Order: sequence, then C-alpha cells, then structure tokens
Amino acid sequence: MPSHLNFLAVALYAGSFVCYVGVLYAPRVWLGRVATLLLVAGMASHYFALLARSHGTHTVPYNDLYGSMSLFAWLLGLTYLGLEILHRQRSVGAFVTLLLLVWLSVLAVVTPAEMPAPPPARGPLFAFHVTLNTWAYAAFALSFVLSLIYLVQDRVLRSHHPGAVFWRFPALDVLDRMSRSSVAVGLAALCVGVVSGLIWRHRLTGAYSYGDPKVIVTLLILAVYVAYLQLSRSAGWRGARAAWLCALNFLVVLFSYTIVNLYWTSFHRFF
Amino acid sequence: MAALPNTKVSSAGSLHGRIEIALVGTSHHTAPLEVRERIAFTAEQSLEASRELRQRGVLEEAVVVSTCNRSELYGVPSAEMPDVTGAMRDFLASFHGMPRAELDRHIYCWSGADAVRHLFRVAAGLDSMLLGEAEILGQLRSAYGQALDRGFTGPVLNRIFQGALEVGKRVRAETEVGARPMSVALAGVKLAERVFGNLRGRSALIVGAGEVAEQVVEHLRNRQIGSLRVINRSWDRAAELASRMGGEAVAWEKLSEVVASPDIIVTSVASEKPVLTREMLSRALGARGGRPIFIIDLGVPRNVAPEVAGLYNLYLYNIGDLGEIVEQNKRAREAEIPRAEAIIAEHLGRFEAWRTALEAGSIVDELRERFRQHREVLLRERLASLEHLSAEDRQRIAGITEEFIERVLHEPTERLRNGRAMRGRLGAIEALRHLFALDEKGEGGEDRE
Repeated sequence: MPSHLNFLAVALYAGSFVCYVGVLYAPRVWLGRVATLLLVAGMASHYFALLARSHGTHTVPYNDLYGSMSLFAWLLGLTYLGLEILHRQRSVGAFVTLLLLVWLSVLAVVTPAEMPAPPPARGPLFAFHVTLNTWAYAAFALSFVLSLIYLVQDRVLRSHHPGAVFWRFPALDVLDRMSRSSVAVGLAALCVGVVSGLIWRHRLTGAYSYGDPKVIVTLLILAVYVAYLQLSRSAGWRGARAAWLCALNFLVVLFSYTIVNLYWTSFHRFF
Repeated sequence: MAALPNTKVSSAGSLHGRIEIALVGTSHHTAPLEVRERIAFTAEQSLEASRELRQRGVLEEAVVVSTCNRSELYGVPSAEMPDVTGAMRDFLASFHGMPRAELDRHIYCWSGADAVRHLFRVAAGLDSMLLGEAEILGQLRSAYGQALDRGFTGPVLNRIFQGALEVGKRVRAETEVGARPMSVALAGVKLAERVFGNLRGRSALIVGAGEVAEQVVEHLRNRQIGSLRVINRSWDRAAELASRMGGEAVAWEKLSEVVASPDIIVTSVASEKPVLTREMLSRALGARGGRPIFIIDLGVPRNVAPEVAGLYNLYLYNIGDLGEIVEQNKRAREAEIPRAEAIIAEHLGRFEAWRTALEAGSIVDELRERFRQHREVLLRERLASLEHLSAEDRQRIAGITEEFIERVLHEPTERLRNGRAMRGRLGAIEALRHLFALDEKGEGGEDRE
C-alpha cells in the first residue's frame, strides 16, 4: 500500500506551504527555493504513490474517486510548478499548496483509499485520454484559484482599504498572466485529450460519439476558455471581467466532472 | 551616571575580568536639528574620533554611528579609565567645540546591557523617527564595517554590532514593523506594484510638480521605471523638472494626447478644476486597449475628477486615500513593537550568556592567581621559622599547598564552566568577585592584573 507515500507527500506539501507563506512575509530567495524543493519532493512522493496504485489497477487511476482525485491534485501541482518556473513567481505558491493540502486531506477522510479492483483493459490510448483530460481540469482549477485571487485583489484595490494581507498578495498583472498560461495548458491538454478519446472510441465502436453529453459540455468549456484567452487581451474584457469569465467557466468544468459524469452519460461514468 | 568598573581587553582580543560597554549619544529624542547638526560626524570624522578615543586611552574599542537623526559613540572602556562616560562627553564637547554644559543637556549615556539594548533597538528601527525604517540598518552596517576594517573594534563590539545587524534583519523579516509603506509617496508606488507587479520598464507621466511628486519619481526611478514624461503649464518649469528627474518634457497642450501612454500618472497641479476628466481618461483607456492605468492624485483640490474612479481598469488614489493608508500602516507597525522587542530580548539574553560565560571563565583564573599569592606569602612567613626542614621537605610542602589550591578550585571551575544555570547568574559571579575582593589591589601593593 502506498499510504506511507501519501502521508509523506502531505507532510512535504505542508512544509512547502509553510515556506511559501514565509516567502509572502519576507521574500527571501533561499526560503523560496526550499519551498519549491519541498513541493517537488512532495510531488515525487505523490507520484510514486500514484504509480503504485496504477500498478495495482493496471492503468492510470481513473475508475475510483480517490485515485482520480489524487491524480487531479498531482497534475495541479505539476502545472503550478511549470508556471512558477515560467513566470519566476512564487507568491501564489502558498495558495496552491494550501489547496493541495486541503484537497488531499479531505480526500483521505471522505473516500476509501483501498485499492479498487482492476477495471476492464482499455489500452494505452484510453489512459492517455484520461490523463490529459484530468490534467486539463487541474489546469483549469488552477486558473480558477488565480482568478479568484485576482478578483479579491481588484476589489481591495478599489475599496481603498487594504488590510494586512493585501500587501502580501501577488500583483494583478502576475495573476492575470499566470491564469492565462494555466488556461493555455488546460486547453492544449483538453484538445489532445478529446481527440484521443474520440479516436479510441472510434476504434472501439467504429463511430465518433459527438452526441455524448460529456463531449458536448466539454466542447462548450473549450469554446469559453478560447474566448477567455481572446477576450482577456481586449479592451472591454481585460482584467476583472475576464477573471469572472474564467472563474464561472470552471463551475461548468465542475458540473461536467460531477453531474454530467454521474447522471448524463453512461460512457464516462467510472465510479 | 556612575563610573564604570574596570574592563580588561587585551590587544590580542582575549577577555579578562568584567566586560563593559559604554554609550554616549544624542538623537532626535534629546536634541533639536540644529544641535544634532553640530554634534554630527562625517565618515572621516567618525574614524578620526574612534582613533583618538583609543589613542587617548579612553576606550579599547570604539565605533561612531552618525546619521541625520543621531550621533552615538559606542565603546569598551580602557581598564585605566575611572569615569569613561565623563571622558567620552569631554571628548565629544572638545571634538565639536561645544561647551560641555550645553552638550550635557542633549546627551544620553548608557552602559552594560542598557547600551546593548539601545543599539539593538536602533538596529530594529524602534528608535527611529520613522518607526521601522530600513535605512538605519545600512548606516549601522557601514559605520561598523569601517571601524572593523581599521581595527577599531574588538571582541566585544564585534559581538554586539553583529548581534545588532542580526536583530535588524530578523525584526524586518519576522515582524511587520518595517513591512508597510510609511510615506504617501511610497504607499502610492507600492499600490502601483500591486497592479503591475515589477515596475521595471513601465512608463509614468508626472503632471505638475511638488515635493511628494518628486519623492514618487525617486521611488519609481529606484524601481527602474522605463520612460518618464513630465508635463507642466510652464514649459520652462517642465523642462527644468524633466532634466532634474531624468525624464522627457512635454508641452501642456499635449496632455490629452500623452495621457494614454503611461501606466502610472502622478498629478500635482495647483488648479481649481480637475485637469484629468472622465472623458479624457476613458479615451485614454480605449486607446491603450484597456490596459490598466494607476493614478496618484497629489493635488489639493483634486486634479482628477472623482467620477474617474468608476472607470474600468483604472485605479485612482488621491492624497486623502494615501494619507489614510499611511496612518493605518503606522498603527499596524506600532502594534508590532512587542514582537520586535521580544526578538531584541532574545538576542540580549544571548549576549548576556556570552558575557557571563566569559566572565565566569576568567574569574576562576583570577581566583587561582589570588590563592597562589596568599600561598606564597604564607609559605614565606611560616617556613622561615621552621629551620629544621630540609629543602626536600620544603619542596614537598609547597607541592601539597599547590595541590590543595587545585583541589579547592576544581569543583567551582567545573560548575562555572559547564553549568548553564550558573553562567546565567551574573549576580552570583559579581558576588564571588566581591567575596574574594578580586577588584581590589593585592597584598603588598601588587596589582593583580
């Protein structure tokens, strides 16, 4: 059982969170590096826990709530690490690691962590499809968090009454750029993921399943995120309005991930 | 202030006896600006004063700290100096050509732990005119570094100045004392950073002129702002300001044209009516594709129409807003003083432990020396009357008495050197010193030093 690896990952994420909070209080380079290293170490531990689970089920974790949510959290962390390196910005790290911590802790409490029975073999293309779509959702979740911070920061700036925490928040420009990068990663993953899913389905049944509610909602999500990327650089939408659009579209993602998966489509119901 | 007792610091830097520190200084708390100006030291004068204080035998170690708000002499007194702070005040008066009586009205003197605590508070910014300001830490580092380079410091001042720099760093890193902007100009620039992040390469437009506006420009320059334009009703004034600020002068008539290009606008114009209207800025936002504009309005009456605040992606702060934020920050900084004081107390405790550990070690050596002196006198007196003893027996008696001294001192030596609780008891060490009269001259007029 990889439970000890999960515990280790949570402990390392907690250490990383503490260091990222320290960076918010005093931007010391060495502390930021320690925060990143702890996050990388936590993700390595988390990866081996997921790997052990994958070996047990002979596929990527997708057919049980614990496994798929854990994979989601790992991909969220991975996306954040990419953004941190790309934008050379650590001021969001505290929020992301807190999200990871809460996510994994809640997961550990509310879902059974024991290994599920292996699902029917569906092949590597299917695993690729599932992984990429989960990655897309994780990237969209990250952009959702960034957009919410943007909206709070914008409101505080307009209120003219900045509190103690305000001076520690990332700048609007940084949040905007990171959110767009995150959505771009999510869109790329979703496009390839959807196409690989369609191909896999075609191989299996000889037909493309355009009418599947999951596909329709996913295409809607995709269209809104493309619009977000475009509008976030236009005069009337740049800034808070684009952040609202991004945040609201993530609610559709959640809807797709839960209601659509569980009640509207039989093809994407895994647990 | 009472005269300080002997401190013995050898030139090699090893410490014996009591470790004393003396401080004589003046600051904005005790002297008005015109007096502080007279007592101030230039960098060269600071070094000259330190050198002279050591050459005259007043101090063994010396550092002079002089800023616009304070001039302070820190030193470790020489063993021969009975009234060190008096001597330091005499020196200060003669160095600056000021009557001693006048100087004494504006001077404070501290010694021992009080002097160290004062230095730590100075380093933390708690004694500054602007609570928590960071500049003082650099000034302390510079004063100490120069004295260190010239060999004016020793183990004691090295210890307390390095401790002070550590305290300064910790207070700024671990508390909010130095975190939030405390001036209107800096608050405006920090708020702009909340919108744009790094200001390097951004553009700014300065409309009008004024002291605070120039402070804003200085903060922007420190952040390596890209382009800076200056606009004024008088072309000559605009050109003069642009040349001083290192920017480009723009004619007043072009205000509505140029207002679209900068990310940050600072206005400081004496005008009854707003010079920047909603229509003007709405057009500007459209022309720049909706990219945000941050406006710092320093004018009274306001230079920017109030309804501008409702424009999307425009952030407007006037002098009233900024003043209120500075007040909030001031209160927040004051609330952090207890946390800063706790850090100071922690470092002061470390210094006291170091000091008492050294003193405890040295007191054993002094006790041994004292016992040996007694032994020699006793043997000389008693053995003279015992003529029947052979030279071998006399040697044996001398050896036994020596062994007796070592045995008597073994236990206290171990306790003083290894007992953490004992080392913390400065009073106990003082009592021991007093009990064995280690501060007094030895028998036969010998100086035990």
